[in-house]
Amino acid sequence: MDVVQINLPLPILSEGWAAEKDFQPIGHLSRAIDRNIEPVGPHFLAHARRKRHKRTFSEDDRIQAQANVKKVEDDDAGEISEPEDPLMLQREAKDWKGQDHYAVLGISRYRWRATEDQIKRAHRKKVLKHHPDKKAAAGGTEDDQFFKCIQKATEVLLDPVKRRQFDSVDEAADVEPPTKKETQKGNFYKLWGKVFEAEGRFSNKQPVPKLGNEKSPKEEVEAFYNFWYNFDSWRTFEYLDEDVPDDNENRDQKRHVERKNANARRKKKTEDTTRLRKLVDEALSLDPRIKIFQQEERNRKNKRRNEKEAEQKRLAEEAAKAKEEEARLQAEKEASEKANKEANKKAKEAAKNAAKKNKRVVRGAVKDANYFHAAGDAPAAQIDKALNDVDLIITKIDNEELATLTGKLNGKKDAGEIKQIFQDEVARLVGAGKLKEGEAQSLS
Amino acid sequence: MSEQQAPAERVAIGISFGNSYSSIAFTSGEGKAEVIANEDGDRQIPSMLSYVEGEELHGQQAKAQLVRNPRNTVAYFRDFIGQEFKSIDPTPAHQSAHPAQHDSTIAFNIRDTEEDKQNAVSISDITARHLKRLRTSASDYLGKDVNAAVITVPTNFSDAQKEALVKSAKEAGLEVLQLISEPVSAVLAYDARPEAKLADKIVVVADLGGTRSDIAVIASRGGIYTILATHHDYEVSGFQLDQVLMDYFAKEFLKKNKSAGDPRENERALAKLKLESEAVKKSLSIGTTANFSVESLVNGIDFQATINRTRYELLANKQIGAFVRLVTHAVEKADLDPLDISEVILAGGNAHTPKIASAIGNAFPESTQVIAPTTFPKAINPSELPVRGAAIQASLIQEFELEDIQQSTHPMVTVTPHLSHAVGVLCISDDESRGVFHAIVDAETPLPVRRTAIIATPKEGGDVLIKLAEGARHIKVTKPEPKPKQEKSKSDSDDDSDDDSEEEEEELREKTWKIGKVLSEAALRGVKKGAKVEVQINIGADLSVNAIFREQGGKGGVRGILQASAQAPNGSA
Ligand SMILES: Nc1ncnc2c1ncn2[C@@H]1O[C@H](COP(=O)(O)OP(=O)(O)O)[C@@H](O)[C@H]1O
Repeated sequence: MDVVQINLPLPILSEGWAAEKDFQPIGHLSRAIDRNIEPVGPHFLAHARRKRHKRTFSEDDRIQAQANVKKVEDDDAGEISEPEDPLMLQREAKDWKGQDHYAVLGISRYRWRATEDQIKRAHRKKVLKHHPDKKAAAGGTEDDQFFKCIQKATEVLLDPVKRRQFDSVDEAADVEPPTKKETQKGNFYKLWGKVFEAEGRFSNKQPVPKLGNEKSPKEEVEAFYNFWYNFDSWRTFEYLDEDVPDDNENRDQKRHVERKNANARRKKKTEDTTRLRKLVDEALSLDPRIKIFQQEERNRKNKRRNEKEAEQKRLAEEAAKAKEEEARLQAEKEASEKANKEANKKAKEAAKNAAKKNKRVVRGAVKDANYFHAAGDAPAAQIDKALNDVDLIITKIDNEELATLTGKLNGKKDAGEIKQIFQDEVARLVGAGKLKEGEAQSLS
Repeated sequence: MSEQQAPAERVAIGISFGNSYSSIAFTSGEGKAEVIANEDGDRQIPSMLSYVEGEELHGQQAKAQLVRNPRNTVAYFRDFIGQEFKSIDPTPAHQSAHPAQHDSTIAFNIRDTEEDKQNAVSISDITARHLKRLRTSASDYLGKDVNAAVITVPTNFSDAQKEALVKSAKEAGLEVLQLISEPVSAVLAYDARPEAKLADKIVVVADLGGTRSDIAVIASRGGIYTILATHHDYEVSGFQLDQVLMDYFAKEFLKKNKSAGDPRENERALAKLKLESEAVKKSLSIGTTANFSVESLVNGIDFQATINRTRYELLANKQIGAFVRLVTHAVEKADLDPLDISEVILAGGNAHTPKIASAIGNAFPESTQVIAPTTFPKAINPSELPVRGAAIQASLIQEFELEDIQQSTHPMVTVTPHLSHAVGVLCISDDESRGVFHAIVDAETPLPVRRTAIIATPKEGGDVLIKLAEGARHIKVTKPEPKPKQEKSKSDSDDDSDDDSEEEEEELREKTWKIGKVLSEAALRGVKKGAKVEVQINIGADLSVNAIFREQGGKGGVRGILQASAQAPNGSA
């Protein structure tokens, strides 16, 4: 054997790597597969020499050795063994269009699902059985009609174009949709799943989505129905064509038949599209998931509505509460305002009274000060003047100042002292610009 | 004559015994296989016998009798050997003597003596007579009495069929040293050539015969062959190609001779049509045109026509496609990808057809070598492949006692555990996600096995890590990036030839590896700058691994042993 040359470099040993004698076992090889090697060629001879060691093997050894050997030859037997309908065996090859090609080959349970390999093997089996020579041998006639049917069936089924034409009209592969009643009594998914699986054979797009079951999520179910509402079908109907006359004699007739066929195909195709559409409509209307989805949708809507209503109610209640609160606050406010007012009034009254009293005190003080007359009884003019001036002062000051002034004057009997207090007040008022210099003549 | 020969007295040949043709070959003293021509000068000898007034005609002479004497001509019978009547397909024998039930076996009712009466001649007798004629031809050529043979058989020949064949051979005076399978024999024919190199490879042998096609996918590991998958088809065959030409010429004939009958509906005309169509088909394998010429095809009308190869290839387009599918289907059955196939060896007569070889080539990547006369200059004549292998095998074993041969081909010897995954090393990085796996022993290698690899080291040398692991072949598919549409100038836009350049680009498919189970780590320290590392892996039948790692040319090194795991070494999984 040639040495394997590997030009990619080995990795550098990472630091710290260590193992006993620099070798670290880690795993085991995966299971081996027992196969027969071919006892041919010089290298096998060497192998045999090594393996035999001059031993002799028996029949038992053979059986044991072969027990687990991987098989490489297909089993020719088995698989296809459908009973043959005696009526079918009497078919005439010329009526091949009307024959069920799958049944003829004994693969009617596979139909459009049959692989090329299955068809070929089925064909061979049928040939082995129905070859005319065998019938003759069995004492029958040399009738080769059914044999020809077999050949025709194989020809059709092994030609992809012809097979599609036949599959298009292979009614035995159709699965009739269940009625409403049947659907309601049975299992929707089982009943309709089969229908859609059968219809799916015509799809240009593969794989075809499956109907699914009650657990399928909404998106899948929607995708499923979308697929079927946009179905892209290869189904054609030329298999049902009327035979076009073969001879070149009657060209008009030929063209007429061809046109008729074309129209018929178109019509059937349209009908088929409509049929499928109806079928999908029907399934959709019976699909319990759709109802559940709708119910869920309704529930969601209801929930949303209920929530909205509750919210509104809550808002209304809140508004009402707020209003009440507002009213209460308003009432309180009014009450307190009223109380304030009254208190104010009282205070004002009290102030008024106090002012009255104070004014009396002030005016009394003027009297006590002998109307600012130096000595003896004050002349009337002086009295007027003094009283006018004091009133002038009183009009120029507020109640508080009045109270202050009153406080200063309280208990004072000395005329000079009193006059001084008044003079100070005048001076204060002149200072504040409330009186003019010399306006209070008697106190200037 | 039917006794066992002592090895010393043996004269052994190789025989390929087909439904359509048989061949005989012997291996010369220099170990070179030579195909023997019979007395008619044919190396492809039709497997046919015909009886005329008690005289037995064989080969090409018998074949010529298909026109005049079809009922007493036996043809296409190889597959009937050792079978019950109910399990044979008599179709190939339509235009010759029909097989019939005879006791528990099959016979042909033919007039094989001078007497004017039909005899039921059993399939085993017919086979014996055919083999005897082959033996005689070989003996005449070699000047020695041939008395032993290795005979090729299809991979799906049953034990009953093999037994019957050995028995008939014995009656013909031939001791069957061994029956070997046709596709393996074809591989051996190539591997036995002096220039052949021993390599691990997967080979597909497509044997495209007259009445059936047989495909085998074979793992070739150090000169040991294991069949991984087979596929047989009894419809896609040379007969179908003949039929294409028969239909063509029949229609041509009818066009020119409107009032004459359809040659396909008259037995004799049909036979002539068929013989000549096959001849035309063979001519078209070499020439680009061929002549069809039959005297008195129907109603005494002679017919001549020509056909060119292109026309033929167009007519046979569908059938050629079917041949290709057989081959790709077999690869699928072996769970392999076309990228796994190193060689496709085309064998059988129809492998001469150029279009079949090129069409099969197109179904495989460039890394696959299709070996047929038109694709590979050094191809061996595909019709001779099985017989050459048989002759080589005969020369290898003729010195052994028959008992010895039987013991050596016993399942105790042939049933062998095969690696389920490739075993190799990690390069560049020891990180399994970044390292690059390189196989040293391929999957499907029979055990025990020893392989050696020489591996590069980092530029500066130093300490290196050798990590052994299993690898699984992975096909990486890269979709082509959609090419931005090239702006076309207006003057170009109605130029048809431009369209060809816009063929849709194919996705890129590559064979890569996925790193599987890690088996072991080993360190080699102080590797010299520029040195290489040698790794030798020995795997036992019990799945134990014994590895030696050393600097190339250096001494010592590191040795490691992986014990067989507790699980059983084999499994039918
Ligand atoms: N040169 C050729 N070109 C094309 N076809 C050929 C050639 N030689 C033989 N054949 C065809 O190959 C078939 C026979 O192939 P062979 O391997 O001998 O078959 P079998 O295994 O049936 O005996 C026939 O169909 C024959 O016509």
